[in-house]
Amino acid sequence: MSETVISADKLTKKFGDFIATNEISFEVKKGEIFGFLGANGAGKTTAIRMFCGLLLPSSGAATVAGFDVYRQTEKIKQNIGYMSQKFSLYEDLTVKENIRFYAGIYGMNRQSIKEKTVGLLKQLNLASEPNTLVKSLPLGWKQKLAFSVAIFHEPKVVFLDEPTGGVDPITRREFWNLIYQAAERGITIFVTTHYMDEAEYCNRVSIMVDGKIEALDTPRNLKKIFTAASMDEVFLQFARGAKRGE
Amino acid sequence: MNSVTIEHIVKKYGAKKEQVTALNDISFEVAKGELFGVIGPDGAGKTSLFRILTTLLLADSGTAMVDGFDVVKQYKNIRNRVGYMPGKFSLYQDLSVEENLRFFATIFNSSIKENYELIRDIYVQIEPFKDRRAGKLSGGMKQKLALCCALIHRPSVLFLDEPTTGVDAVSRKEFWEMLKALKLQGISILVSTPYMDEAGLCDRVALIQSGKIMSIDSPKNITQKFTKTMWAVSSAEMYRLLNDLQQYNNTEKCYAFGEFHHLVLKNDNEGKDEIMIYLLYLSHHEIELKTVQPNIEDCFIELMSKSNHQQ
Amino acid sequence: MKQFIIFVQKEFFHIFRDRKSLLIIILMPIVQIILFGFALTNEIKDSNIVILDNSKDVATTEIIQRLEASRYFNVARYLHIEGDLETAFKTGTIRLAIVFQPGFRESLLHSNHAQVQLIADATDPNTATTVTNYASNIIRDYQTDLNNLVQTPYMITPQLRMLYNPQLKGAYNFVPGVMAMILILISAMMTSVAIVREKEINTMEVLLVSPLKPLLFILSKAIPYMFLSLVNVSTILIVSVTLLEVPINGSLALLMAEALLFIAAAVSLGLMISNVTDSQQTALMLSLMGLLLPTLLLGGFMFPIESMPWPLRIASNLVPSKWFFIIIKNVMIKGLGFTMVWKETLVLFTMAVFFLGISLSKFKIRLA
Repeated sequence: MSETVISADKLTKKFGDFIATNEISFEVKKGEIFGFLGANGAGKTTAIRMFCGLLLPSSGAATVAGFDVYRQTEKIKQNIGYMSQKFSLYEDLTVKENIRFYAGIYGMNRQSIKEKTVGLLKQLNLASEPNTLVKSLPLGWKQKLAFSVAIFHEPKVVFLDEPTGGVDPITRREFWNLIYQAAERGITIFVTTHYMDEAEYCNRVSIMVDGKIEALDTPRNLKKIFTAASMDEVFLQFARGAKRGE
Repeated sequence: MNSVTIEHIVKKYGAKKEQVTALNDISFEVAKGELFGVIGPDGAGKTSLFRILTTLLLADSGTAMVDGFDVVKQYKNIRNRVGYMPGKFSLYQDLSVEENLRFFATIFNSSIKENYELIRDIYVQIEPFKDRRAGKLSGGMKQKLALCCALIHRPSVLFLDEPTTGVDAVSRKEFWEMLKALKLQGISILVSTPYMDEAGLCDRVALIQSGKIMSIDSPKNITQKFTKTMWAVSSAEMYRLLNDLQQYNNTEKCYAFGEFHHLVLKNDNEGKDEIMIYLLYLSHHEIELKTVQPNIEDCFIELMSKSNHQQ
Repeated sequence: MKQFIIFVQKEFFHIFRDRKSLLIIILMPIVQIILFGFALTNEIKDSNIVILDNSKDVATTEIIQRLEASRYFNVARYLHIEGDLETAFKTGTIRLAIVFQPGFRESLLHSNHAQVQLIADATDPNTATTVTNYASNIIRDYQTDLNNLVQTPYMITPQLRMLYNPQLKGAYNFVPGVMAMILILISAMMTSVAIVREKEINTMEVLLVSPLKPLLFILSKAIPYMFLSLVNVSTILIVSVTLLEVPINGSLALLMAEALLFIAAAVSLGLMISNVTDSQQTALMLSLMGLLLPTLLLGGFMFPIESMPWPLRIASNLVPSKWFFIIIKNVMIKGLGFTMVWKETLVLFTMAVFFLGISLSKFKIRLA
């Protein structure tokens, strides 16, 4: 079996009396597409923040890209990418400036930024638009660009927080094509989504309810176990039982 | 009389050189008591359309009537009788659930008491939290409160702009059940959404992309217009399967769709056997191959690629 | 009416639930008054000086004693050679150096031409001027006393009387100034921010779609902040009277009425700002740059308008604070009645009506 990129062991985060994530344990392997599902307020965001080194856990253990989430958060940040629907790129910078900025943050040198930028723009059909302001790009292009920027420095893991919200169905699929390509290159994908058909595209899926991981398996097995026709039905079976909101 | 009548609405933004057409010659009608869906991705023009209908925005050309009143000349009449829930739920985060509801009721010259019947089924779900500040509610509860606020003056037409965006699958389901119940009360509802799977819950839908309506009909009729055979294919290696099917010489279109890939062939005379041979030749295993009923998302993709070709 | 009441109530909820902002609004006037009253005073007290006395005779000793006896100066050090002067100034704590030439008394008595040199640190020119003036006065006093003994027949001794403010207290000037500043800040800035916030959180869309009338909306937004501003006026007055001993010589009712008029003008300005901005940040910037800065620079209480170049003098007429400052000074300090400030009041009134008219007519009943 290939190397473990994310591992969590009874990872817990409490805010006062409130247990946001409750002893979650799982492992994600290199190159895997891991779907992280759960209703609003189930504790997904808290978990992702702990993995990204933004939040210290209350108890339990976790490593990301081989680094400890308690002591090596700076190392973790060097080795992950992050993209969310809400925050991705600077609207008032051009395509090229955004790429250069993010690549610069991760300490890439000028020459390799230049070379990679050309290839990236070609791949995204943006070769003629390096100097276009990001805000004048259509949403779908923005999201694809944001993803490409998030993995520009070849991180070991990329965290995607609802990356495809509001995107048209064709672009959504083009986006997933990019995800597949990144996974083939060995980048581990950790993704949350509200589209249940996208859950089917993941290698494995976990479903979080009220801070706990209640199910974790391949989509195929989950459907078999819960005798459901689609992931949508599986998800609803769990989420309907959820007690708490955000 | 129609609840909403729109004729040749055009809306453009920006200075002359870099003008963006948000709405390009939109016309349709919504009958009284109808649950009408405007379905399309972000940036398709949904919000502009809703703002024009709620008298918040002036169209560049074309006319629109809501509940028998002109959206430009008789905007005051319209403001007295419509309910509107904008994109991001417009609530006062620092006011409690009850304070929000009372405020909006009073602003619309009504009171909670007067129309409690109408919102009761929805409000009872959030009533236990009526003293909680709106900012501390979950996404699903905010959505319910915003709906209550939009309904509290018993509007004749209800405009809901992306009410289910950013809300989880469970809350989405519940929300649509609420809309069905409201429809029975005789309120016309226009709802916009980027989620294609919600189309099936509407009486009629308009599929909108880049400011143009690509199709407008009942969900059933739209899917029936799809005349070609839709194949659903899966195998043990889904990503390789997708690439291989896209290379297949009889493939018109192939894309991922949940646990299957959807496949449309150029020549419908060929079928199961030919695809099977091709896939076995490429040593795929655990192949599953069947025909399926195309859904709204399939139709949307079909219409989108057609209009892209025309451009 | 119901709409109006619930709207005003909602505004008060917003204000009272944002504890931090409320605290700032309530405390700002007090802090400002105390800052101006005790820290930023124009009066010079206990300035450190150094003395290089090359003469060391009766006359210089007498002058030095007088300098030291005054509450303005404090002799920090006596120097012995010229070269120490520069080092003394470099410490930054010395405001003034006084250098007596050798044989000071001799020349004073015999050639009537004694020389004393005043060297001031002019990095702050205002202080330098004041300090040298004070020192020159003390030296001149000594000379006068000396001459009295000798009986000079021709002498003009001007008698000075400082009207309204005999103790030359800075407070008499800045209390009306701070009042103008606080009122512009609270009334204009808070009103504009409160409206623009509705745009930011999207509630504006729903309010526009509601049957709520624009005038009602504007009034309901303005009234809570007018109320808060009146509270501020009261705190400023109480703090000034009790802590700074600035009297209210005129009618309190007239004072409050004039303040209310100024608040109305400021609120209308805030409404105008909210019409042209879509984010709280821009509203804040515009209020600070567009309202607070002119109030400070052209309001008349920081820098005298009479000594400004004519374009600025004309521009200052457009600043409401200038008129308010004059009115408050006249009513509060000089104790004048309405008949003496009706012109300024009329100007303020016209401005308030004009601004309100513009913001009402420009009020956007749609989004774009």
